Amino acid sequence: MTADSQWLTFLALMLPFAAAAVAPFLTRLLHHNAAWVLALAPALIFLHFTGFLGAIADGQALTGGYAWIPSLQVDFSWYLDGLSVTFALLITGIGALIVLYSGGYLKGHEQQGRFFSFILMFMGSMLGLVVADSFLTLFVFWELTSITSFLLIGFDHSRAASRRAALQALIVTGMGGLSLLAGLLVIWGATGANSLSALMATGDALREAPVYLAALILVLGGAFTKSAQFPFHFWLPNAMEAPTPVSAYLHSATMVKAGVYLVMRLNPVLGETAAWETILPVFGGTTLVVGTLLAVRQTDLKLMLAYTTVASLGLLVMLTGFGSEKAIEAAVLYLVAHSMFKGALFMVAGLIDHESGSRDVTKLGGLRAAMPITFAAAVLAACSMGGLPLFFGFLAKEEIYAALGFADGWTTALTVVAMVGNGLMFAIGFAVALKPFLGAPVKTPKHAHEGPVLLWLGPLVLGGLGLVSALVSTVSHQLISSPMSSAVAGEPVTVTISTVPHVGLPLILSVVTVAFGVAAFLMLDRGRALMVRLLNAIGWGPDKGFDQALAGTTKLSFGVTNIIQSGRLDYYMTATFVALAAALLIPMVTFGEMPAVPDFPVMPFYEWIVLLIGIIGVGAVIYARDRLTAIVCLGIQGFAVALLFMLLGAPDLSFTQFMVETLSVVILALVMTRLRLSPTDHRPTSEKISDVLVAGACGAALGLMLLRVTQVPFNAELSDFFAANSRVIAHGRNIVNVIIVDFRGADTLGEIAVVMIAGLAILALVRIRSAKPAKAAGEG
Amino acid sequence: MRTLIFRTIAPYLTSLMVLFSIFVLLRGHNDPGGGFIGGLIAASAFAIYGIACGVSPVRRALYFHPMAISGFGLLLAALAGWLSLFFDVPFLTGLWTTVSILGLPVDLSTVLFFDIGVYLVVVGSITSIALALEEREHG
Repeated sequence: MTADSQWLTFLALMLPFAAAAVAPFLTRLLHHNAAWVLALAPALIFLHFTGFLGAIADGQALTGGYAWIPSLQVDFSWYLDGLSVTFALLITGIGALIVLYSGGYLKGHEQQGRFFSFILMFMGSMLGLVVADSFLTLFVFWELTSITSFLLIGFDHSRAASRRAALQALIVTGMGGLSLLAGLLVIWGATGANSLSALMATGDALREAPVYLAALILVLGGAFTKSAQFPFHFWLPNAMEAPTPVSAYLHSATMVKAGVYLVMRLNPVLGETAAWETILPVFGGTTLVVGTLLAVRQTDLKLMLAYTTVASLGLLVMLTGFGSEKAIEAAVLYLVAHSMFKGALFMVAGLIDHESGSRDVTKLGGLRAAMPITFAAAVLAACSMGGLPLFFGFLAKEEIYAALGFADGWTTALTVVAMVGNGLMFAIGFAVALKPFLGAPVKTPKHAHEGPVLLWLGPLVLGGLGLVSALVSTVSHQLISSPMSSAVAGEPVTVTISTVPHVGLPLILSVVTVAFGVAAFLMLDRGRALMVRLLNAIGWGPDKGFDQALAGTTKLSFGVTNIIQSGRLDYYMTATFVALAAALLIPMVTFGEMPAVPDFPVMPFYEWIVLLIGIIGVGAVIYARDRLTAIVCLGIQGFAVALLFMLLGAPDLSFTQFMVETLSVVILALVMTRLRLSPTDHRPTSEKISDVLVAGACGAALGLMLLRVTQVPFNAELSDFFAANSRVIAHGRNIVNVIIVDFRGADTLGEIAVVMIAGLAILALVRIRSAKPAKAAGEG
Repeated sequence: MRTLIFRTIAPYLTSLMVLFSIFVLLRGHNDPGGGFIGGLIAASAFAIYGIACGVSPVRRALYFHPMAISGFGLLLAALAGWLSLFFDVPFLTGLWTTVSILGLPVDLSTVLFFDIGVYLVVVGSITSIALALEEREHG
C-alpha cells in the first residue's frame, strides 16, 4: 500500500468520528437536512473502498497501518481483502442510506443531532472492526460497537424498556467481548501472531495447538453473543426498542453480522476441524429454527423482522461451519443478500409506523394506494428475502441447497433445517411486505400517506439493488462474491451461480421451499395462535433467565456486602491495619528476611533533639485527654519527621510532609468535630489493649521493613540516570520535580486522576451524610 | 475559631499563601517546590480562609466550583501531554521553547503546564473536601 493510499485509508477510518463530532452543530444549523451533508461522509468512504475492488478481485490482500504502542508490539493496522472490503462497502453504503433515512425518520426530534452523532460513531466503530488487522485494533473497535450500540438502543432513555434493552445488549455483548479478548490472547500465545494477517500465515499451527479447543470456545463466545445465536439471541429482539434506523442498520445489516464476520475471518485457521464442523452447524441450525418459530409468534412488524434476523444469522453460522467451498459461497451470497433486503424491510417497517402510526400487522391493511413507493420497495425486498428468481436472494438460496444436499444423515438434517427456516422466512418476509398494503384499508392512528424522499430513498435503493446485483451477477461475483468467498475459504474460489435457473436438485428444493412458504404465509394466523399457546405453556425463556441471573447477582452482592461491610469505622480500621501488619510481617518471618540488628547510630545532638520531639509527640497522642488534643499532637510527631527530612537533605520531601501534616490535622479536626463523638475516649481498657496490639504490630512491621530495605545493597542505576540527565534532558535542577513532571509524567497523570476521583468520592460521601442529618447524628 | 484577630488577618494570610504557592509552583523545576506542594499550600490557604470567615466567601472568591478547577487541571495536564502528538514524539514528552516577554527571555514548556495541572488538581480536590467539611460544621 502506497503512503498516499495508506494516509487516505486512515482518514477514511477516522472520518465517521469527525462527522460525529460536527453532527450536533450541523443539525442545529440545518435541522433534518443535515442528513444530506452527513451522508457524504459514508459515501466518500464507500468511494474510497471501491478503489480497492480491482486489486482485490485479482486476489491481493492489502495491509497498512501505523505503529501504535511499539514497545508492546501493538499496531493500529488494517487488512483489506475480499471479506473486509465487502463488509466495509456494506457498512458505508447502507450507512449513507441510513443517515438519510434518520434525517426523515427523526425529523423535528430535539435530539436528532445526538442521534446522528451516535450512529456515525457506530459506523466508524463497525468499519474499524471489519478492516482491523492487529488483534488490539480489532478488540478496541469490537468493544466500541458494543458501547455505541448501547447508546443507540437506549437513545429513548426516558423509557424503562429502552434502558433495560440497552443494558441487556451491553451486558451480553460485553461479556462476549471479554471472551473474545481472552480467545485472541490464547491465539497470540499459541501461535505468536498478534494480527490477522500474521495469523493467516501460520497455516495449521492453531489447529494443531493443544489450546485449540479453548481458543475456539472463547472466540465463539464473542461471535455467538454478538451475532445473537441461541441461547444468546434474546437481546436482539429487545434491542428493537431503538429507533427504526438503528434496527435497520445495527440489528440487521451490520453489527449483528460482526460475529459472523469473525467466524468467517477465522475460518481458514480455526475451521475444518470436527469441533468447528459440529459446534457451528448445531448452534446455527438451532438458532435458525428457533428464530423463525419465534418470528411466527409476533405481530409487530419490527419484531417479526428481528426474529428472522436471528434466524438468518443462524443460517450464516451454520453454512460457515459446514465447511465445504460451496457452503462458504452460499454464506457469502446470503450475507450480502440479507444486508440488502433486511435493511430495506426494516426501513419499510419504520416508514409504515412513521406514516400510519402503527406497526402491528393485524391492525394494518390497504396502504398500497397511499404509499405506492414504499409498497414497491417492500415487494422488491421481500422477493429477495423469499429467494424468488431474478433476485439476489435466489442466488443465495440455490447455492445453499447446492452446498448441503442429501449426502448423508447429517447433511440431510441440515437441508431440512434450512428448508424449514427458509420457508418460514419466506412467509414472514411477505407478511411484512404484503399484509400492511393489501386488502381493505384499515383505519390507522394517523392518516397514512407516502413519506418524504429521505424516508423512501433507502429502502427503494436497497430493494432495487437486490434485483440489479442479481441481474449483473457476473460483475457482482467478480467484484464481491468471489473475492469474499476466497477470503473466507482461505484459497481462491470462483462463484459462478447466475439467475438463469438450472434444472436440478437445488431448483427442486427451492420450489418446495417456496411452496412451503406460501402455505405458511396463508396459515400464518393459525401458526401464530399455536406458537402463543406453546410459548405460554413453556413460560420461561432466556430473556427471563437473564433477569433472574441479574437479580441473583444483585442478591449475591448484597449478601456479600452485608457480611464484609459492617459500616463501623473501627472495624474497617482494624481490618486494614491487621492486614497491613500481616502483609509486611508474614513474608519477612517465613522467608527469614528479618533485618540484622543495626549498629547504634552516631548522630549530631540536634538530630537527637528532633527525634525526641517526635517521640514526645507520640507520647502526647497517647496521653492526651481529649480527641482534639490528640490530633494536634499527632501533628507534632509529623513535623518532627519533616524536620528530620530537612536535616537529612530532602527539602522537597520535607516541604510536602509539612503541608500534608498541616492539612491532615485540619481535615481530621474538621471530621472529628462533625462526628459528634464525646470529647474523650471512654472505652474499657480491654478494648484499648487490642488496639495497642494492632498499632504496635503495624509500627514494628513498617520499622522492620524499612530497616531491611536499607540493608539491601543500593542499586544506584536509576538515581545516577536521573542525576545525570535531569539537567541535560529535562532542563531542571530539581530532580524530584523533574521525575514527577517529566521522567515519570504518565505516573503523575494517573496519580492526579486518582486524587481527583478520591476528592469526588469524599465529596459525595460528605454530601450523603449532610443530606441525612438525623441518621448521621444517630450513627455518631 | 472565628475570633476578631483571626478573621481580620485571614484574608491577608490567604492571599500571601496563595501568592507563595504560585511562587513555589513556578520555582519547582529548579529548586524545592512544584505543583503538588504548591497545591497543598494553596489548599491550606483556602481552608484557613474558610475556617476564619465561613465557606461562602471562599466559594465566592474562588468563583468556580473547586471540583471544576480540579477537573480543569486534569484536562490541562492531559493536554500538555497530547501536544507531543503534533511533534511525533511519545505521549508526555517534554517540549521546550523560549519566548520573549517584555524583552526578557522566558522558558516555556509543556512540563510547566503539566505542573500547573497538578497544582490545580490538588488545590481543587483538597479545597472541595475541606470546604464541604467546613460547610457542615457551620451549617
